Amino acid sequence: MSRYSVFSLIANALNGQKGWTPAWRDAVPKPSYDVIIVGGGGHGLATAYYLAKEHGIRNVAVLEKGHIGSGNAGRNTTIIRSNYLLPGNEPFYEWSMKLWEGLEQDLNYNAMVSQRGIINLYHSDGQRDAYARRGNAMRLAGADSELLDREQVKALCPFLDFDNSRFPIKGGLMQARAGTARHDAVVWGYARAADRLGVDIVQNCEVTGFIREGDAVVGVETNRGPIRAGKVGLAVAGSTSRLTKHLGLRLPIESHVLQAFVSEGLKPLVPGVITFGMGHFYVSQSDKGGLVFGGDIDGYNSYAQRGNLPVVEDVAEGGMALMPLIGRLRMLRSWGGLVDMSMDGSPIIDVGPLPGLFLNTAWNYGGFKATPASGWCFAWTIAKEEAHRFNAAFRLDRFRTGHVIDEKGVGAQPNLH
Amino acid sequence: MRITCPYCGARSSHEFAYLGDAAPTRPDPADPEAPDAFNAYVYERDNVAGVMDELWYHSGGCRRWLTVTRDTRTHAITAVRFTTMRFTGTEAAE
Repeated sequence: MSRYSVFSLIANALNGQKGWTPAWRDAVPKPSYDVIIVGGGGHGLATAYYLAKEHGIRNVAVLEKGHIGSGNAGRNTTIIRSNYLLPGNEPFYEWSMKLWEGLEQDLNYNAMVSQRGIINLYHSDGQRDAYARRGNAMRLAGADSELLDREQVKALCPFLDFDNSRFPIKGGLMQARAGTARHDAVVWGYARAADRLGVDIVQNCEVTGFIREGDAVVGVETNRGPIRAGKVGLAVAGSTSRLTKHLGLRLPIESHVLQAFVSEGLKPLVPGVITFGMGHFYVSQSDKGGLVFGGDIDGYNSYAQRGNLPVVEDVAEGGMALMPLIGRLRMLRSWGGLVDMSMDGSPIIDVGPLPGLFLNTAWNYGGFKATPASGWCFAWTIAKEEAHRFNAAFRLDRFRTGHVIDEKGVGAQPNLH
Repeated sequence: MRITCPYCGARSSHEFAYLGDAAPTRPDPADPEAPDAFNAYVYERDNVAGVMDELWYHSGGCRRWLTVTRDTRTHAITAVRFTTMRFTGTEAAE
């Protein structure tokens, strides 16, 4: 497989585009691997890539029950940002942001990373103070932040309802380095780059159980036969509990449904990502022109990958309160994803809890932005059998020991995070 | 999704607040194993993919707690009853 470059583009333009080869092999599973990653989403593929690239572990398979990127990696709203508050979270997400910034050169793939900025709007003095604190916390972790006043926001987004009588806009916290990326291209880019380093990407291969030796996990049972492995890493988001049930494990996560929406295409309107501060609504504009927006999770346990109308109504109301012009747009599509909500709203990347097993889960509704750092830290954790300092706080036992990372401060109630 | 409240009749799920799986019950704090039991009660979930009993509160209606039997794969509801006394290991329904 050749490297993508302007020369390969020209050469293929001249020969009628006949020189392109598949971006990754459709691998047939071998009887055993050093490492098996279950889940061919962004996180799983990134993990395999960094295992091969950073740690020289190339005898790796990524097993995916459908086709790669068909779960949440293909259903999210493509936002990348590192505007977290807590010390357990922010260094990790800032590392992810730095990996996004060099991703396309690293992967030799156009992931359409676009640092168009995010603005979290505030509507009161108290909320401004909270955002000032968050902005300072971001800067302490090496991220960028800027507190904008009303006039500065107005210059960037004149279409917002600044004088809304209930929720007047007073300003916003901006992270200029945040933005969006093309979610499918991230999956394809990692798949191609991992494949070039020798990783087997096995699609239509559903894990149905585990091979055990005593307590240890030494492989997986699949619909394409048993496959043994030195180490098994799970990166299956909302399906984690369904897999760990085979191991007798109960985890601090619930699977919920999160909906997202896209409007008809418009001329360029929304400059970056905007979040409403008085309800859960956020919006950006895709390069095709559609407004991409969403809000709260539906709030009840669900594996259905589709939601209900009350949240559609709630999101529409948030949109109308923020930018009334959205009322004139037609909604093209809406869809639902299966999100792994944790008891404190923060993720888990950890060794164990069984020998040979490694967990990557609990991404809540914010896993896309974490893709590079999640793969990077999970690869480190699998290779060295200990956490990197960036994911040191993402322990499975933090709930038992009281070291929860609760950004929102709402306690052990997954549907409130 | 509509939930048929035994008191109010069929109502939109919008009227209800969701607590979650009805299976965990509060352990006895005097039990020597209480720290483990409370960890499991507060944090660990079966996260059932299938039929599950769960607690909903009819906050926009009669303000009663309901135990709803619902399939998490399809959202189909097969039973709704009032939730009453909840002690360790037992649940009495009206």
